[in-house]
Amino acid sequence: MPIDIDLAYVARLARLDLTDEELASYEGQLQDILDYAARVQALPTEGVPPTSHPLPMRNAHRADEVEPTLDREEVLAQAPDRDGPFFRVPPFLEQ
Amino acid sequence: MSAWEAVIGVETHVELGTASKMFCGCPADTTAEPNTNVCPVCLGLPGALPVPNERAIEMTVAVGLALGCRIAADSEFSRKNYFYADLPKNYQISQFDLPLCLEGSLDVEVGEQTVAVGITRVHLEEDTGKSTHLGETGRIHEADAALIDFNRCGVPLMEVVTEPDMRTPEQARAYADELRAIVLALGVSDARLEEGSLRFDANVSVRPAGAEGLGVKVEVKNMNSLRSLQRALAHEIERQTALAEAGEPIAQETRHWDEAAGVTKPGRSKEQSSDYRYFPEPDLVPLHVGDEQRDRIAASLPELPAARRARYRGMGLDAGTARLVAEGDGLDEVFEEAAAAGADPQAAATWLTGEVVAHLRRTDARLGATPLDGAALAALLAMIDGGEVSATAAKAVLAGVLDGEGSPREVAEARDLMQIGDAGALEAAVDEALAAHPDEAGRLRDGDMKLIGFFVGRVMQATGGKADPRMVSDLIRGKATG
Repeated sequence: MPIDIDLAYVARLARLDLTDEELASYEGQLQDILDYAARVQALPTEGVPPTSHPLPMRNAHRADEVEPTLDREEVLAQAPDRDGPFFRVPPFLEQ
Repeated sequence: MSAWEAVIGVETHVELGTASKMFCGCPADTTAEPNTNVCPVCLGLPGALPVPNERAIEMTVAVGLALGCRIAADSEFSRKNYFYADLPKNYQISQFDLPLCLEGSLDVEVGEQTVAVGITRVHLEEDTGKSTHLGETGRIHEADAALIDFNRCGVPLMEVVTEPDMRTPEQARAYADELRAIVLALGVSDARLEEGSLRFDANVSVRPAGAEGLGVKVEVKNMNSLRSLQRALAHEIERQTALAEAGEPIAQETRHWDEAAGVTKPGRSKEQSSDYRYFPEPDLVPLHVGDEQRDRIAASLPELPAARRARYRGMGLDAGTARLVAEGDGLDEVFEEAAAAGADPQAAATWLTGEVVAHLRRTDARLGATPLDGAALAALLAMIDGGEVSATAAKAVLAGVLDGEGSPREVAEARDLMQIGDAGALEAAVDEALAAHPDEAGRLRDGDMKLIGFFVGRVMQATGGKADPRMVSDLIRGKATG
């Protein structure tokens, strides 16, 4: 059963700038993945508890303790732009 | 007259007062020098892995229990995907379909009315960084850049979501006030609205009064005081009602409260929930809160604000005073000590919420930083009761105690405020007053008893307010008739 995908929309959500050729190529690939998922979905899962994590583990916590932080100069040096102690980025509030 | 009623739900974000961040060991201190509390995890650097802060989970469970929620034995973190420069991973670790706490309820008092506000869920997530938009005009939409500080990024953030159970701005404010009191009582956050460690958003719609369905929902943000929450809702309800009455459509949108203008304005358009593409966080294993852990947290809960107010009312306080004492910064402790030391609870509460609070406001001080304790307050009240200081002088004594001049007795003696209760000394003062005003003294002796007040005033003036006015009055009456 084919699933309708608006690949341009999905690409926009992921901030991917795709050409028409790429869109066409990925659409086929994504369709294959969804077809595979559809096959899994068709399996009888009655009595199988929903499992979002494959590991038989839970509660891998840490105590509330402070650890060393990174050096600010080193951190800011990784960024394309800075302004004093801040990262500087293009404005991002929509209006 | 209004044929429309409002339906309000409130979402509250609470920055938890943990030592470290939610998923890394950076200090959860948002006031530090910009970008100093950062590490590969909260900067979203490739390969960094989050590890949940156990204390934040326990704090969230405590709040859930205080709100009567069911604590989910099994819950999990999910990814909420969106692109924003203050969130460098491009997703926020939050909780989606399996939150920690579900289906609670909070009773909220509004005047004589009690409203049960349903709590949909309490979940745990991480805060974003702080952004400041820069521009020559200083106006956000003309900004040419934004500056980012990631100190706040990754600080544990608890979200409390209500059912749409409130109908008036007053109810929403009372809910917010009660939730804040609970958060403070549990000690899980400093809960400061102005600093943003407590943030309220409200979902508001209007519908014909008595209708079942819900109207188009508008989310109102940017209210940084309880007062502005109430004002913003009142304005928004008025705006929607006017549109509804005119038969015009109400847009589903996010609006920002403009405190100065007193209006809500359209903000960024809200993405659809499904656009966030939530999925279980693959970098974290599921959470499990066992019965034993839940019961241990439940047993460690302190007395909650509603129970405390009820207890204070049982001690004789009226509802308003009970609330002021229970919620005032440190007032409860001094009040309970004073009552335990034998002070009349209502008198202790009246002095605390009146003179003490006024003095603290004048001097911009916190009660905890002054030497006033319950024993000192009880001692002062005993001195008033025993006629050792007048009520007027007691205010000066209290000020002295708060300013660190010593015990009530020491201050009263040092400032020469002990009441003159010695009949001999008072009689001399009365005689002097009578001699100084022979005309009035003559009319008093002729039976003009209205002049007793005049002479009490003269004697009080002459003794610098230290005379016991009742004794003075009795003495003058004796002189007039004797």
